Order: sequence, then structure tokens, then C-alpha cells
Amino acid sequence: MSGGGGPSLMDSLFQRTLDDLIKGIRLHLPGAAQSSFISKSLDEIRREIKSTDSQTKSTALQKLTYLHSLHGIDMSWAAFHAVELTSSPSFLHKKTGYLAASLSFRPSMDVLLLLTNQLRKDLSSTNQHEASLALECLSVICTPDFARDLTPDIFTLLSSGKNSIRKKAIACLLMVFSQYPDAVRVCFKRLVDNLESADNVQTLAATVGVFCELASKEPRSYIPLAPEFYRILVDSRNNWVLIKVLKIFAHLAKLEPRLAKKVVELICDHMKQSEAKSLVFECVRTIVSSFYEYEFAVKLAVVKIREFLLDSDLNLRYLGLQGLLLVAPNHLWAVLENKEVVIKSLSDVDRNIKLEALRLVMSMVSDDNVVEICRVLIGYALKSDPEFCNEILRSMLSTCYRNVYEIIIDFDWYVSLLAEMARIPHCQNGEEIEFQLIDIGMRVKAVRPELVRVGRGLLIDPALLGSPFIHRILSAAAWVSGEYVKFSRNPFEIMEALLQPRTNLLPPSIRSVYIHSTFKVLSFFLHSFLLPGKGVNSSLSNFVDIEPGFTYSESEQEFTEIDHATSSSGLNKRDTFTQEAVVNMLTLVITSLTPLAESHDVEIQERVRNVLGLAQLAQQEISCNHDQKEKMVDKVDLKTSIIIRLINDALSEDFGPVSFSAQERVPVPNGLVLEENLSKLDSLCADVQLSISESFSLVKPILLPTDGDSISNQQNEEESETSPAESMSLLAEHRKRHGLFYLPSDHNKNASSSFPPANDPNQRDNDVEDLVKLTEESLVLKRKPSSSRPRPVVVKLDEGERLPITVKKTDENDDLISGAVRDVLLGNEASLRSSNPSGRRKGESHSKDKVENSETGNLSKRRSKHRNHGKNVEDKEENSEKSKKKSGGRHKARRRADGGIDVAVQKQVIPDFLL
Amino acid sequence: MIRAVIVINDQGKPRLVKFYDYQPVEKQQEIIRNVYGVLCSRAENVSNFVQDSTFGPDTRLVYKTFATLFFIVIFDDSENELAILDLMQVFVETLDKCFGNVCELDIVFNFNKVHTILDEIILGGQVVEMSSSEVVKALDDITRLQKNPNSIVRVPKSISGWQGR
Repeated sequence: MSGGGGPSLMDSLFQRTLDDLIKGIRLHLPGAAQSSFISKSLDEIRREIKSTDSQTKSTALQKLTYLHSLHGIDMSWAAFHAVELTSSPSFLHKKTGYLAASLSFRPSMDVLLLLTNQLRKDLSSTNQHEASLALECLSVICTPDFARDLTPDIFTLLSSGKNSIRKKAIACLLMVFSQYPDAVRVCFKRLVDNLESADNVQTLAATVGVFCELASKEPRSYIPLAPEFYRILVDSRNNWVLIKVLKIFAHLAKLEPRLAKKVVELICDHMKQSEAKSLVFECVRTIVSSFYEYEFAVKLAVVKIREFLLDSDLNLRYLGLQGLLLVAPNHLWAVLENKEVVIKSLSDVDRNIKLEALRLVMSMVSDDNVVEICRVLIGYALKSDPEFCNEILRSMLSTCYRNVYEIIIDFDWYVSLLAEMARIPHCQNGEEIEFQLIDIGMRVKAVRPELVRVGRGLLIDPALLGSPFIHRILSAAAWVSGEYVKFSRNPFEIMEALLQPRTNLLPPSIRSVYIHSTFKVLSFFLHSFLLPGKGVNSSLSNFVDIEPGFTYSESEQEFTEIDHATSSSGLNKRDTFTQEAVVNMLTLVITSLTPLAESHDVEIQERVRNVLGLAQLAQQEISCNHDQKEKMVDKVDLKTSIIIRLINDALSEDFGPVSFSAQERVPVPNGLVLEENLSKLDSLCADVQLSISESFSLVKPILLPTDGDSISNQQNEEESETSPAESMSLLAEHRKRHGLFYLPSDHNKNASSSFPPANDPNQRDNDVEDLVKLTEESLVLKRKPSSSRPRPVVVKLDEGERLPITVKKTDENDDLISGAVRDVLLGNEASLRSSNPSGRRKGESHSKDKVENSETGNLSKRRSKHRNHGKNVEDKEENSEKSKKKSGGRHKARRRADGGIDVAVQKQVIPDFLL
Repeated sequence: MIRAVIVINDQGKPRLVKFYDYQPVEKQQEIIRNVYGVLCSRAENVSNFVQDSTFGPDTRLVYKTFATLFFIVIFDDSENELAILDLMQVFVETLDKCFGNVCELDIVFNFNKVHTILDEIILGGQVVEMSSSEVVKALDDITRLQKNPNSIVRVPKSISGWQGR
């Protein structure tokens, strides 16, 4: 067909054939030349396809189909011509038309309607190849309309004498069922009959294939057919058939455990005897995924898996690992037994095998061995190619994070592991590591000193600043060092690290985190110097001991208390914060940051000016006092001291993890239209942006109450001699406002009895337990969603809430199909029963099935007995049904579809066929 | 079920594209590009399976390299990986029988016939024939039908044998 242009020499003379087209395309280089050739050919095709000569039209359509399929050219405009050719008397032209249709038609095309009659005609053609063409086309482009209109024709083909047609009709049914579930009522019985077509193995294979697909969507309806499948499992010697039947049993056994008992030995026999690896693997997969309760079967399966693992064929090794992965959830021993192979596979050349091995290793992780396994994996990560290295890191991170660090007991170790990961050259998981560093900081108080130590290690290493992948991690380190600076042994060192020259390599967003951290370090430093009683001491003891959610007024109180009782330990500590050290630090800050005060990045500029404002003020006052040692006592009264106390109070409140749904809980204020189109505001915005940058100069008032503004606000007001209390309240208000949604907040003090304290720095293990307890509590909380109080572990609560949504819903169509199947199957059985004593009524009594359905429940036990009797009867019934079909099966089908289906009754029925 | 059968050459040019559930042609091209990208990055002498998420979480991809061509089958968990490998072997064997030592050019220039062969083996994503000789027989019939539009009678087997292309 493709070689010659066809019978007419004239046509081939004037028309390019498909071969010519292909040669032409190959002659032109890909790119412009080729696409211009193709568009030229398309013009030709457009002309030729309108020809009245069907040979010319057919060749044109062939060329177009080729271009469509392999070069992505649109051919929807030629749909009508394809339909036209399907009705050609010439087989070649018909075939061309059908090929074009099945490769290019969309379900939504109007032209499909025109094809219905032709399909019907070809389906009933005496030429099996014509029927094949129609079936093939239908299996791809089937629509609900086609399925409804052509069901009777396909029904007829289901018992065709020609096996080649029968198997294709069966394969086509799947598509028909999915488009038009009511077709099940018509065709199902005959489909079941084909399960007995032992004469032709391909027909049987197609039938079990269809059942396999149906059962994978909704297995319950097919349990009554278990005896048939069992028989096939015993009798069939065809691997393809056996594989499909095994898959069916894997689905059924999940619903009917008694089936498992019956087939498990049979499957083991196949597993032992079969030479075909595909069948053996399917047996293994069936056993370990559905029959894992049968110890002996699993043992045998694991032996087979081991054979696969040790095979030289990579495919088998890959499948072996997959099998192991399936065993892992229920029989971890199997994985542990093959530990060496798994670990060795981590360094395999094949990426697939490496990934499977990694998954297996991860499945072995528990709280006892997580340290050891991570050590091994880090070793592999260092040796692996960048891609796999990151894969390893990713799975380590996600496994350790699972259920809020469920398996981590030693958080000090974990934090240093995170730092170690950060230093791996190819590490691209900066984002996740950043998240976890901060997350752990917020959740696990006991680990904060270690976190600060690790953060310091990262910050002071100038080499790390050169690698863009690590910047995110550095950002976390900087944040942690600023937020928890009170745990630092040497704040001065951290300040130096934060201000080192190479920080100019950081992107602005991260640099501003650095600068904000310097602000925190500086205020901490000044606080410790100026107000020693509440310095290190108070921060170490007080802040840690105070429940996460102490209210502002309460903290005030504590401060006043401590004010009166300045302890001697505070005085000792003061040695670190000498006048000299303070002056040094202020100089360092001012010299390093002054150049940045003119930065083009507003975020940096703003924060730098905040820091500078504080530093310069402090410098003035402290150097004034420099010579007057005796006046040191009055430090408390300095303006700086007042501000510092305020800032410190504001900064001392802990951050907590934020619930995923926190944002949703913020009510939308009245009158705020979120979906409004803001494009009109462009001109306005330009102005506003200008004014923002102006507003950051220290003397001008701040216009926008953004996050950092409240701080700079404070400075402004300080300079303009306004009452500091006002800025204080701004800050407090801000914190309060957001505190509503930062989880460990105000309420905890009252609720501390129900809420285990999670902040004893001496008992890390306790802390983890607390964490676990917290998560448990949050799970309990899930049951009373009315509780509106935010809690630290609401994060978990969210996940619990989200679960049901992700559960896969069965397709509506599947429901319809299975409903119909149940109806037909149980109807069949019922009518069989009734047909035995009283002759065949079935042909005429479809409507009675429904009545009889209610009886089936009680009679299920008897059904298997009737089964054998029924066979003959069924055959005869089929004939009667066939004749009936000819008269008006279609209407019948519709009528039955309209009738209500009594599915609920049948759902209760679990027949014990095999017992 | 089988979702798609694709043959592409080592340059990424598609030679045979058949999807068993409707995909717009742009999507098809995109899938082919992705698949080619994945296959290119794979070393030689590695396993034939690719865990592929192009079609959803449960789909897998099996490929086999024959000379300059990648044969690719995409399928879901109703199929067995090794059985699909066998199926590809059957497909290639059939091509070999039809074209006699099949090479890329045969597939390039026999677009229609290759589709006919494939349709005899897989229909609607279901495997309907696993024996290459049966496929060849059916194909002979079809070729004869195409040549003599009027004869729908099966010619006796003895005359069969592949005639030209």
C-alpha cells in the first residue's frame, strides 16, 4: 500500500505518494527547510483530499495521517474526509480512513456521529478484517453514543465463530463498558462465557484481561466469579493468562480472605514450577502484596526474590528490589536478610536500581538505627553522582522529618547531620535543610544551644558563602544565631561572622536576614551590658523556663521582680560584656554596615538603618560615660537602656511552628475585595514605592506599618523625643496580632496542665517524648475541631484533616459498571436457580431478576451446586437471548437501565463458593 | 492496560506513535520529548524499566533498544513488566518476519503496515495476539485484500509468503 501509489498510473504520476513525502522530508534538513516542505505538502494535500477520486483522496489522507502522527500536524479539518473513506468499497481506502480516524479523532468531534452507521455496517461485515478495522477504531475513539448504539453489534461478535474477531470484540468491550456502563447488562454474561473458551487461548487471554481491568477498579462485584478464575488458575498453561488471573486474585483476596486460603498453595506451586520469570515474579508480587499473612508462602517468595536479586540480569535485580519493597511493610525481616545486597545496590550503575535500593534502605530506618544508616548514606552521598547524591539527601531529610521527627531521638546529632549535609559539595536541598533547621529550632527548645553552635560553624566558614546552593542554609544559620543568640558562647564572634566581607556574595533577601540577625545580636549584647541583671542570666534561665505562651504583662512582671533581685551570677557574666567589648562591637557594626545604608535593596537598606540607628545611639551614650566609671551604676537610666529593654522584651517572645491552616483562619476583613483587579493601581504604586524609599531615612516618619518598620519607628520616635511607650505598644500589638497565629501563644499558661512542658534544657530525651506526646495530643484534638485555640502541633492536626480529601474516589463510571455487573451476575445466578426446576424463563424474565435478587442472599450457598447444572442451561439461554437481541435488545437494555438496582442487598452477600 | 506504544530513533525522532487513550497531539509530542530525554540519560547495559510519572503515579515504562531504535511501551499496574518485554520481542520478531531483517528505514517507509501489525497485537490497550506467526498470517490476508479489492475469500495458505513492500 505504501510502496505503490495504487492501481491508477495516472494518479501516481500527478500525486506524491506517502513514500515520496517521506523521502522529501528526509531530504530536507530539520528546521526551516523541512517545515516549509511540510507546509507545501500540506497545501497539496488540502487540494488532493477534495478529489472525487477515492484513490487520490486516500493517498492524501495517508500522507496527512503520517504528518499528524509523527510530525504533530493538526488534521482535525480532514475528519470528514476520513469518515467518507471508511465507507469506501475498497478495503485499502477503508483502512486508510479508519487509521486516520483512530489516530486523530477527538471524543468531542461532531463528525463522529456520521461514523456510527458505518461502524455498525463494518462490525457486521462478513469480512473479518473489516470488522477488525471497526473494532480497532472503536476501541480508541469510543464515546458514550457509540457505545450505546453499537452494543448490540458487539454483543453479537462476542460469540463469533472467528476467534480473531471474538478476541478483538472482547478487548473492545472494556472501552465500551467505561463509556456506557449499561452495556454490561447486555454483554456481561457472554463475556463470562468466554472464560470457558479453552479452545482459543488468545480469546481467554483477552477475557481475563478485561476482567483484570474491571476488577482493579472495583473488585467486589467479581467475587462470585472466583470459581471460574480458580479453574483457569488450575487448568491454564498460558503464562499471559495466568498472570492476569493472579492479578485478579490479588484484587479479590483483599476483600475475601477465605479465597486466599484456597489459592495460596496453588500460587506457590506455580512459583516453584514455572520456568517463566514473568509468571514467577507475578506470583511473588501477588503473595507479598495480598497474601502476606501466609508465612510459608512469603518465605518461598522471599527465596525467589533473593534469586532475582542475585541474578546477573539487571531487569530481574530491579524487580527483585521492587518485590522486596513490597514485602517490607509487613515482613521487614526479608529486607534485613538481604541487607548486604540492598546496600551494595546503592552503588549500582543503574539509576533505577540505586533508587529502589535507597527506598529499601529508607524502609529499614527506625529510631534505633537511624544514626547508623544516615552515616552510611552520607558516605554513599559523597561518592555518588550529584543527582543521586541529592536523591539520597532528599530521602534522608524526608524520612527524618516524617511525623514531625518521629524517629529522631538525639536532636543534637540530627542538627549536626544537617550541617554535615550542607557541606556536601553537590547538596541542592538547601531549602529543605533551611526549613528543618528553623523548624527544629522552634519545636525543640532543648536543641537550641547545639543549633547555635552548629549555626556558628556554618556562619564563620567563609568558603561556604561561595556556593549558591548553601545560601538558604546560611540564611537559616543566621536566623538561628540571631534568634537564639543568648545560647551563644561568644556573641562577638557571631557578629563578626555575620558581617564578614564575603557576605556581599549573598542575595539581598538572605543578606537582610543576616542584618536582622546582627540587630538581634547587638541588642542582646547591649542588653547584657547595660542591664546585667536581666542579661545572660535571665535569658538563660527565665526565657527558657517561661512557658512559650507567656503574655506580655506577665513578662513585665517577671522583669520587675528580677530588677529587684539582681543576682550575683549576673555580675559574673558581666565580665564578658565589658565596656571595651561593647565599644568594639559598636565600632564593628557601624563600620561594616555604614556602606550598606545606601543599598539599592530596600530590605537591606531598611534593616541596616535600624541597626545603625541603635548602634549610633548606643555609641554616643556609652562613650560619653566612658571615663566616668563611677557613673556605671546609672546605666540603667540611660536612654539606650530603656530602648534596649523594650527591644529585648519584644524580641524575647518565642516563635513557634505555624499551622498550615493559620492563614485560612484569618477572617477576611469587611469590605476587602481580594479578587479585585489591581492593574489600575500601577500608577499609584509607582508613587508609593518612591515614598517608601524616602521614608527610610531616619528622621522622616514611616508611612507603612510593615514588619521591620515598627522597629525603625521606635528609633524615630526616640530621636524625636516621643514617649517610648507608644512604640512599645506598637510592637506589642504587632506581636499580639500575629501571635494569634504563632502557635505557642498566650493561652498556654492557663492550659499548662493539659500541655506537657517541653522546655527543660537538661533533659533532651524528655523533650522528645514531650514532642511525641504533643503530637499525640494533637491527634486527639482532631476529634474536637470546635477548639479554636492554636497549639504548637496543630501542624499535625492539619495533616490529619487533609487526609480524607486525598483518598482516591472511585470513578462514577466504575460504580455504574460494578452495579450493573452485580445486577447481572446475581441475576444470572438467581435465574439459573429458578430455571433448573421450572424450565427456562430467563429470556423473557429479565425484569423478574430484580425480585429474585433479594433471595440470592440466602441461597448463595446453594449456588455453587447449581453452577454445574447451569452450564448447559446457560448455553441454551444464550441462544434464546441472542434471538431476542435481534428483535429488540437495545430497548431492553435501556429499559433495564431505568429500573432501580437493588445493590444494597447484594453488597451484604459474600458467597463462599470455594468452601 | 497498555497506554501507549512508541518507537523513536536515537535522535529522538518518532517512528511509530500509538496512544490507547486519547491524547491531544501536542501532549503526545511532549510525552515523546520527555521520554526521549529520560532514555538518553540512561547508560547502556542498565535495566529496561523506567519509573515514569508522565501518565500518573502507577504507570511504568519499558523500553528496549534495537539498533538505532527505542521501542517503548507505557502501561499501568494491570500488566507484568517481564511479560511486556516478551510482548515487545513478539512485536519486533513480527516486524522482522515481515520485512526480513528489519531496520529503521523499513519502519520509516511502512507507516501503514507497521500500524497494521501493531493493531493485530494490541487492541484498545489489551494484548490480543502473542504469536508472531498468527500476526503474519493475518497480515498476509490484509495485504491480499488491499491488492484485490474484490476478493474477500481467503487464499490458500500455500501461496502465502511476504510479497514486496
